Amino acid sequence: MSGANRPEPVQVVKERRDRALHALVAGVPYISFLGIEFDRKGDELTAILPYRDAHIGNPVLPALHGGATASFLEVTAIVGLGWSILWEEIETGAVDLAEIGPDWMPRLPKTIDMTVDYLRTGLPRDAYARARVNRSGRRYASVHVEAWQDNRARLFAQATGHFLMPTRD
Amino acid sequence: MRSEPMDSTISSRTFIEALPFSKALGMKLEAIGEGHAIISMPYDERLIGDPRTGVIHGGAVSALMDTTSGASVMSAKGGSGVTATLDLRIDYMRPARPGQRITCEAFCYHTTRTVAFVRATAMDEEDGSQVASSVGAFTFQRKEARS
Repeated sequence: MSGANRPEPVQVVKERRDRALHALVAGVPYISFLGIEFDRKGDELTAILPYRDAHIGNPVLPALHGGATASFLEVTAIVGLGWSILWEEIETGAVDLAEIGPDWMPRLPKTIDMTVDYLRTGLPRDAYARARVNRSGRRYASVHVEAWQDNRARLFAQATGHFLMPTRD
Repeated sequence: MRSEPMDSTISSRTFIEALPFSKALGMKLEAIGEGHAIISMPYDERLIGDPRTGVIHGGAVSALMDTTSGASVMSAKGGSGVTATLDLRIDYMRPARPGQRITCEAFCYHTTRTVAFVRATAMDEEDGSQVASSVGAFTFQRKEARS
């Protein structure tokens, strides 16, 4: 950030944040295996699970596999929490932005426990999820995730998880 | 996991291993019967959650525990073989060892007319040390309730 009062050009800010988000997500094989994508608006992330036949659990209904839903929620929680940590670091300049390249990998939180509620059948179509970090301390964090398909207000699953914060070195 | 009743012509083995998502994760049914099920999942680099350590993502372990728990409900005495997960809580005790197959064993320890309760544990291949444990509630239908 320059010493003058002029704000940074918008493309500089966007490029920096997108690069940081990409570093957080791209290195994790399981996220690509499921095909999960992230849409960023400022610091708000929406996870997208584009429909694939391989995500089906019950071919008769058909319905998404509970394991695919649980995986989607856990990925959203970890990335959401990891992103909130990283956001602080990039916006305050604690992380050297020149470091963030293809080989740079942020440390990820570790799941301690996760409780998933299955509220409705997961339909064979795209699903969306958002994580809310309810508490983030030095060691532990508590994260809530909501997932929906057609209507934002009609959740098909939700989860709460506790996570071990990544150690800084 | 959501599943339909097992047709008498389809064995439970074929049915569970044929669920597209379970198949994508390479799950193998080791044992099933009387409210008990064992399913294993091979180590696969595509399932890695932490690239620094090569440890499998918790979500893949959740999928294994959900499938095994659901299978135990499908085989529970007096049940119709239809079930869906209501909720599942998983505790991760320690990271699964990279390179090793994970085996999950589930017990459907109680059923009411409408609900089945399940406990499951997931273990490493080598020394059988516990990686994760879970408790869950599943929908349950008695056989006679279906005409």
